[in-house]
Amino acid sequence: MSPLKISWKSLWSKPLSSALNILLIAFGTGILTILLLASKQISDKLENNSKDIDLVVGAKGSPLQLILSSIYYIDFPTGNIPLKEATELAHNPLVKKAVPLALGDNYNGIRIVGTDSNFVGIYKLTLSEGKFWHDDFETTIGSTVAATQKLNIGDTFYGAHGLTGSTDVHKDHQYRVAGILAPQGNVTDNLILTNISSIWGMHEEPGEREHHHEEPRELTSLLIQYRSPMSVVLFPRMVNESTNMQAASPAQESTRLFSLIGVGIDTLQWFAVLIMLIAAISVFVNLYNSLKERNYDLAIMRTLGASRSKLFVIVIAEGIMLTLAGTLAGIALGHLALQFIGSYQESSQARLSGLVLLWDEIYLFAAGLAIGIFASVIPGIQAYRSNISKILSKN
Amino acid sequence: MISLKSVSHSYSNQHRIGFKDWQIKDGEQWLLLGASGSGKTTLLHILTGILKPEQGDVMINETAIYGLSSKKLDQFRGRNIGIIFQRPHLIKSLTISENLVMAQSFAKLPTDLVRVNEVLTSLGIADKKNAYPSELSQGQLQRVSIARAVINKPALLIADEPTSSLDDQNAAAVLSLLMEQSGLNQATLVVATHDKRVKDAFTNTYELS
Repeated sequence: MSPLKISWKSLWSKPLSSALNILLIAFGTGILTILLLASKQISDKLENNSKDIDLVVGAKGSPLQLILSSIYYIDFPTGNIPLKEATELAHNPLVKKAVPLALGDNYNGIRIVGTDSNFVGIYKLTLSEGKFWHDDFETTIGSTVAATQKLNIGDTFYGAHGLTGSTDVHKDHQYRVAGILAPQGNVTDNLILTNISSIWGMHEEPGEREHHHEEPRELTSLLIQYRSPMSVVLFPRMVNESTNMQAASPAQESTRLFSLIGVGIDTLQWFAVLIMLIAAISVFVNLYNSLKERNYDLAIMRTLGASRSKLFVIVIAEGIMLTLAGTLAGIALGHLALQFIGSYQESSQARLSGLVLLWDEIYLFAAGLAIGIFASVIPGIQAYRSNISKILSKN
Repeated sequence: MISLKSVSHSYSNQHRIGFKDWQIKDGEQWLLLGASGSGKTTLLHILTGILKPEQGDVMINETAIYGLSSKKLDQFRGRNIGIIFQRPHLIKSLTISENLVMAQSFAKLPTDLVRVNEVLTSLGIADKKNAYPSELSQGQLQRVSIARAVINKPALLIADEPTSSLDDQNAAAVLSLLMEQSGLNQATLVVATHDKRVKDAFTNTYELS
């Protein structure tokens, strides 16, 4: 009978305290797993969505808000910019590609984006069915939209005013689905794309009088791709200083956003570390106490021929088995929980998945092992050092 | 053959206890008598290689046991000495047969379930082999501890007050089992006790003063 089996049976002989220890460790590891997976996925998504966009130009306001609304389609736009000025910027020699965006309508919470064919180029969109939007009120929808809203080629739907909610429906015009995008793995999976004049058309109908169509045409923002690295220095400053608009860099703002989220992640991380620490102490106390009860058992094992090092192994193995089981359960739990959270997330733009394994999880595993050793090394040494004659004569 | 030569020991700040020299021939059955506090347990621990005496030699089958390293001594004890304590002290998380298999593996002997069965049968508790210690009575547990002591066919079987916590009937039964098992396994038997019920069964007596 191996020492491992003795440790194993000993754990099973006190299922409640073993379960409590495993639970504590699993809880800590679970939180760390969720944080690890979520922060990795969020940062990946942030990067993925702004990959080929160097700059966003929009109305003055919070640069973060501009990025959130025009790159991630989460927040409200900062306002509108005049079409005339935007067109001028788009033709600036420092600009390689400029994509106009007109936001403001939604269909069941999915944003309807008015844009032109440059949008296809900048996101490298491909179709799975149908064609790209061309005429007014023709739309091309993202793959997730098609799946969740059960829209097919030729189907029609009404847009509603605003970015969420469907109270203020534009009943005068209906959109028609002309094409469905292949899954892109970014924000475009959750968008309805159409041309800009459709968005304008929606708001020019009689009965929508609060929108003054006499006013000059406007856009929400402009996505810019630079022509050369030199533009990085010159262009944003030019926009910010010489026009009524602001320029925001997705990379910069994403980093800033992530550092803001980071505070929360850090806090949770410390919380999880604290739980792990408590778990370690609990395993230690558990082993230490059981050792007190068991030192007679261990002395008997010595009289049966077990060496000091064998007793050390028996005690250490018990601690490691506990924490290892806890760590594995925690990692599994973290994945499960994240998948669960993901399935209940409202904004499909940032949906999280628990079905991804990361290499970094090996560190969690190592941490679990380290805690096991840390918690059991003192009881282990005690078992190693115990004076069996003294224990046996204290009947 | 076991010999004790000019052995003495003292615990810190206590007077030194000297032990008479003692020669035990193979297969003999001895009674170790002494009042409590006379050093009975100390002598037993010295005999079994648990406590290194301050002076003197203990030879078991031509091996000076305190000349061995700690690890070697543990192994020597596991193979050559079977110990029965006043109370059974089985490992609670293991079944009866697992307790015996554990004794085999600690002595670095292969698992031998036939031997386990044989010993349990000779002690009349073969039907309990898959039970846990908590399911057995005190008398049954003492039998298991005898089984554990003889499982590796030790040269020396030592019992420390094996009967003192048992009633007359069980005490007599345990004693006859001990003598029977020591004969069956050709082991030298030393029983330490202050229990008067035991005295008559032995011819050889080593008395502590």
